[in-house]
Amino acid sequence: MSACLDIANLSAVLPNGQRVLRSVSLSVQPGEVRALVGESGAGKTMIGKAVLGVLPSSVRIVEGDMLLEGEDLGRLQPKARRTLIGARTALIPQDPLTALNPSRRIGPQMTDRLVRILGWSGEKADMRIRQLLDEVQIRDPERVLKSYPHELSGGMRQRVLIAAAFAAEPRLIVADEPTTALDVTVQKQILRLIAALQREHGTAILFVTHDLGVVAKISQKVSVLYAGKVVEEADAAALFAAPQHPYTRALMAATPRYTDPFASLKPVDEAVLAGLAAEIAAADLAWRRPHG
Amino acid sequence: MDRASRRGLSPRLWLAGGWLLLALLAAIFAPLVAPQDPLAQDLMLERLPPLWLDGAEPGYWLGTDSLGRDLLSRLIFGGRIAFIVAFAAAIAACLVGSTLGLIAGYFGGWADRIISRIVDIWMAFPPVLFAILLVAVLGTGLSSVILAIAIIDWTRFCRVIRAEAMGQSRMDYVENARIAGYGRIGIMLREVLPNVVPSIVALLSLEMGIAVIVEAILSFVNLSISTDDPTWGGIIAEGRLSIHQAWWVLVFPLITLILTVLSFSQFGEALKARFDPVLR
Ligand SMILES: Nc1ncnc2c1ncn2[C@@H]1O[C@H](COP(=O)(O)OP(=O)(O)O)[C@@H](O)[C@H]1O
Ligand SMILES: [Mg+2]
Repeated sequence: MSACLDIANLSAVLPNGQRVLRSVSLSVQPGEVRALVGESGAGKTMIGKAVLGVLPSSVRIVEGDMLLEGEDLGRLQPKARRTLIGARTALIPQDPLTALNPSRRIGPQMTDRLVRILGWSGEKADMRIRQLLDEVQIRDPERVLKSYPHELSGGMRQRVLIAAAFAAEPRLIVADEPTTALDVTVQKQILRLIAALQREHGTAILFVTHDLGVVAKISQKVSVLYAGKVVEEADAAALFAAPQHPYTRALMAATPRYTDPFASLKPVDEAVLAGLAAEIAAADLAWRRPHG
Repeated sequence: MDRASRRGLSPRLWLAGGWLLLALLAAIFAPLVAPQDPLAQDLMLERLPPLWLDGAEPGYWLGTDSLGRDLLSRLIFGGRIAFIVAFAAAIAACLVGSTLGLIAGYFGGWADRIISRIVDIWMAFPPVLFAILLVAVLGTGLSSVILAIAIIDWTRFCRVIRAEAMGQSRMDYVENARIAGYGRIGIMLREVLPNVVPSIVALLSLEMGIAVIVEAILSFVNLSISTDDPTWGGIIAEGRLSIHQAWWVLVFPLITLILTVLSFSQFGEALKARFDPVLR
């Protein structure tokens, strides 16, 4: 059986020639959660956008393949690609406020995708959405569906977006730091909710985060990203037991533990970063040669 | 904040809307409500002061001009041209400017470069001079005044709507709509347009006020409507000549003009606040 998502040697550049993704390879098996960790600016969001076909126009893919359930996205016509991505994927975004249109009510924003992509009747879509709102533990769907986004709390908005993401039964969900913009108290609930729905629906998730603590809770597989390059990939359990790459070890030392929040945190070691920079510079040089 | 009280208590909206409604109704039903024939001259009645001053005549509420024509009736009839110009010119400018602004802001790229360039060139002309020049070319008359104002002022809509559409196009919900398979034009109309409507409404109302002023200026320099129909600008021009003998012929049309223009802009702002889902 083919992977749900298979990215091979994906490189992307900015107009000035700078690489934002450096031969990234990663795969997500059906029903699996793969965490994509790395510090801010590492290119995590870029990978998510590349998969969903919404890269900024300034970012250009220069090599590599992306297969969504065995279909090569690069070979499809734009229209067919849009339809495929629309039907099989969904996004749980980082900021639940800007992900909802402020001038439209929640209800139609949630249903129009089901109607548009899956061709459902409005009635069927409405029923489906109510079912999902129940699954994300929204107890007054009537009020929520009639609300404008700004009338809901951040946590409620994220619940709505989670419900909308699962409603079309996508095979793959890209969750881009879905708890980062929320209050700490709400973060755990939302994380539990995503994990529960993921199990229930058997959806594969590419879970983007900079928080190793979150990784341990939700994912089976982990890819560690630094400066657009995957420096380590492993089973979550193996990674936490014995991180191989010095950067991963440094990242772990820099992550607070709930068991001992006052333990001293080390910033990521200078020597490790210098080593990484050299490694990446060498790789870039080797990469440039065959590409001119 | 309590929505109901906000909706109920917007004195700005009521005052501005009230004046505009009053002036509009008076203009529409001018033949019924005007106390006198606005064109009837009577040298026996020249320069009558307003009703509350010595020497006034009943039936001539705001007095008469130097040809003995009733000022109030002329203001009421003048409102007809003012409102026709306001609505027609503002709507035309709005349609052209908002459409181009939406396209430039949302699509960006070369569409934006071309449209923005045209706007820059347009804005280089001083507007009043531009209007006078255009009317001189188009010829005087109601339709050329309307056309001139629309031709000059579409850029106001274009600039504002472009900036807003540009901000909107970077929003995550636009990206979400793309992931969900919506096309560019569909997204523009569905996701972007509703968010710029409040600004369009506010600008539209503001533009109506501006059109009233421009029409008055054109009438003032005798470039507007070449018939005998009274216009506010025309009355002001006449009033200026007799300011020492009959100040009211200048003062009342000025007050009417200022009230109308202010009301349009205030009404627009109040409407915007009401349309805006976040402020609502
Ligand atoms: N719209 C854009 N155009 C060009 N470069 C961008 C854009 N957005 C982000 N970048 C750059 O791409 C790199 C990766 O960014 P991003 O994927 O957002 O990182 P992360 O999500 O891991 O924090 C960063 O160096 C960032 O500066
Ligand atoms: Mg990011």
